[in-house]
Amino acid sequence: MLLLNCPHCGPRNETEFNCGGESHVIRPSLDCSDVGWANYLFFHHNPKGVNLERWRHTFGCGRWFNVARDTISHNITAIYSMSEPRPDTSNGCVGAEVLS
Amino acid sequence: MKKYSLLSLASTGFSKRNWPQAWGSRPLQDAYDVVIVGGGGHGLATAYYLRKNHGIRKVAVLEKGWIGGGNTGRNTTVVRSNYLFAESTQFYEHSVKLYEGLARELNYNIMFSQRGMLTLAHSRHDLDAQRRWANAMRLHGVDSDLLDRSQVSQLAPALDCSPQARLPVLGGFIQRRAGTVRHDAVAWGYARAADALGVDIIQNCEVTGFEVGADGVQALKTNRGTIKAGKVGLAVAGHSTMMADMLGFRLPITSYPLQAFVSEPLKPVLDTVVLSPASGLYVSQSDKGELVVGGGLDLYASYAQRGNLATVEQVLRGLVTLFPSFSRLRMMRQWAGIVDVVHDSTPVLGRSPVPNVYLNCGWGTGGFKAIPGGGWCFAHTIAKDEPHPLTAAFGLDRFARGALIDETAASGIAH
Ligand SMILES: Cc1cc2nc3c(=O)[nH]c(=O)nc-3n(C[C@H](O)[C@H](O)[C@H](O)COP(=O)(O)OP(=O)(O)OC[C@H]3O[C@@H](n4cnc5c(N)ncnc54)[C@H](O)[C@@H]3O)c2cc1C
Ligand SMILES: [Zn+2]
Repeated sequence: MLLLNCPHCGPRNETEFNCGGESHVIRPSLDCSDVGWANYLFFHHNPKGVNLERWRHTFGCGRWFNVARDTISHNITAIYSMSEPRPDTSNGCVGAEVLS
Repeated sequence: MKKYSLLSLASTGFSKRNWPQAWGSRPLQDAYDVVIVGGGGHGLATAYYLRKNHGIRKVAVLEKGWIGGGNTGRNTTVVRSNYLFAESTQFYEHSVKLYEGLARELNYNIMFSQRGMLTLAHSRHDLDAQRRWANAMRLHGVDSDLLDRSQVSQLAPALDCSPQARLPVLGGFIQRRAGTVRHDAVAWGYARAADALGVDIIQNCEVTGFEVGADGVQALKTNRGTIKAGKVGLAVAGHSTMMADMLGFRLPITSYPLQAFVSEPLKPVLDTVVLSPASGLYVSQSDKGELVVGGGLDLYASYAQRGNLATVEQVLRGLVTLFPSFSRLRMMRQWAGIVDVVHDSTPVLGRSPVPNVYLNCGWGTGGFKAIPGGGWCFAHTIAKDEPHPLTAAFGLDRFARGALIDETAASGIAH
């Protein structure tokens, strides 16, 4: 079970949230090729390790936010707003402390 | 390979010795015509048909753990071909037909029990949708029968079919040729038959990288050294993305845990597979008497083979809602497997962006039923470097062409 720290409401049970998949996927211009469009829609990262993903507090305040979560341990190492840039994950983790 | 027969089993059984090894441990060679990565059902079946149907001489299956230790040995063993679209129905029906003859083909008892699969309708909408679904199957030559409430109740008397039930049963439909198959036997049977034809099955051999040249992969790097390969077939289910990462391309796959549960054994109470899409539950009773229970995917992507409590609650809530008399049963085991989910719930089978590398993945929650058919068509694809007619629509190119096969009936359960 995850305890997710909603930036608006504070820590809540994972069942109040929906995971919206990978963050920082940039939509190409509308005259891009079919392959470019397919990449945007379907061909995402699916990493074994830190994943940067969007979550929504669906059964709460309804807010979207970003989460850095390890897909093996499920440790959440960062929670940041939708408008913040992609954090550095090159050393395999994000943030110093485990938030939940 | 010593042939199993009533006589050979009886005589070896009585003397209690000289049980022949089912398959040998052969030494790993430095080069193969085809290397299959992944010793699950799909990898082993592919190797078998590469030798059997296409006469490819040097074939190896590399498995990082033990064969059948992935999803093939973790699944709830339901085999069926009740799909909606032509592409899926024809492919899965081919697979079910191969299953019907597989025990004889492999000389191995895979215990295919065609006890039928009953899909429940809990609303007017369900009834209408099932009529379309069952009729589509019939048009493709697959058996299906629509049932009313009393017929459902007769088939599965333990179901709460009373009008005041929380999820009232209004009817349903059944594929009578569907059923369950002993999962380990599929892996072991294909392994034994492939070994007898000369395939090298190498366990504890993890692929960690590839040497890629101008015309594709030249060799695979493993914890047991470098192995040269003419062609490479990838059949690693939920870990397909790791292979693609090593080879420098992307796949449209998200890896999720899928869970299953087994109860304490009880006397015969359920002799068909029951699926209730509305409650997110399916259940059957094993030959040992245990209830084998499954449901939908976990809530978020993960490689943790544990499973998430919210899903446990959802599935078991469905079980006790539909079968109130099961409420005092104890669950003995729970586990999860990492499944390779694709947006349109249709597998990816065909060429990869690397010239001599082929993909067998995207089976998601339903690839056990597809093992014989998947192996059959994948072997054809690798041997001939062109798709098998039955899986021509399953290529990776369908995403850019917009030719998705959005197979709503793939899991039978809404994800
Ligand atoms: C709980 C559960 C219930 C299910 N129920 C059903 C069902 O009722 N009916 C149905 O049809 N399907 C069902 N499925 C789906 C089905 O089990 C799978 O789709 C199918 O078994 C996939 O077979 P496979 O051979 O592709 O994969 P697997 O059996 O997972 O085999 C892949 C193998 O690749 C190996 N591997 C991975 N990485 C490497 C590497 N780097 N090097 C070497 N080897 C590697 C793994 O160790 C593994 O053994 C279920 C799945 C689960 C988890
Ligand atoms: Zn909130």
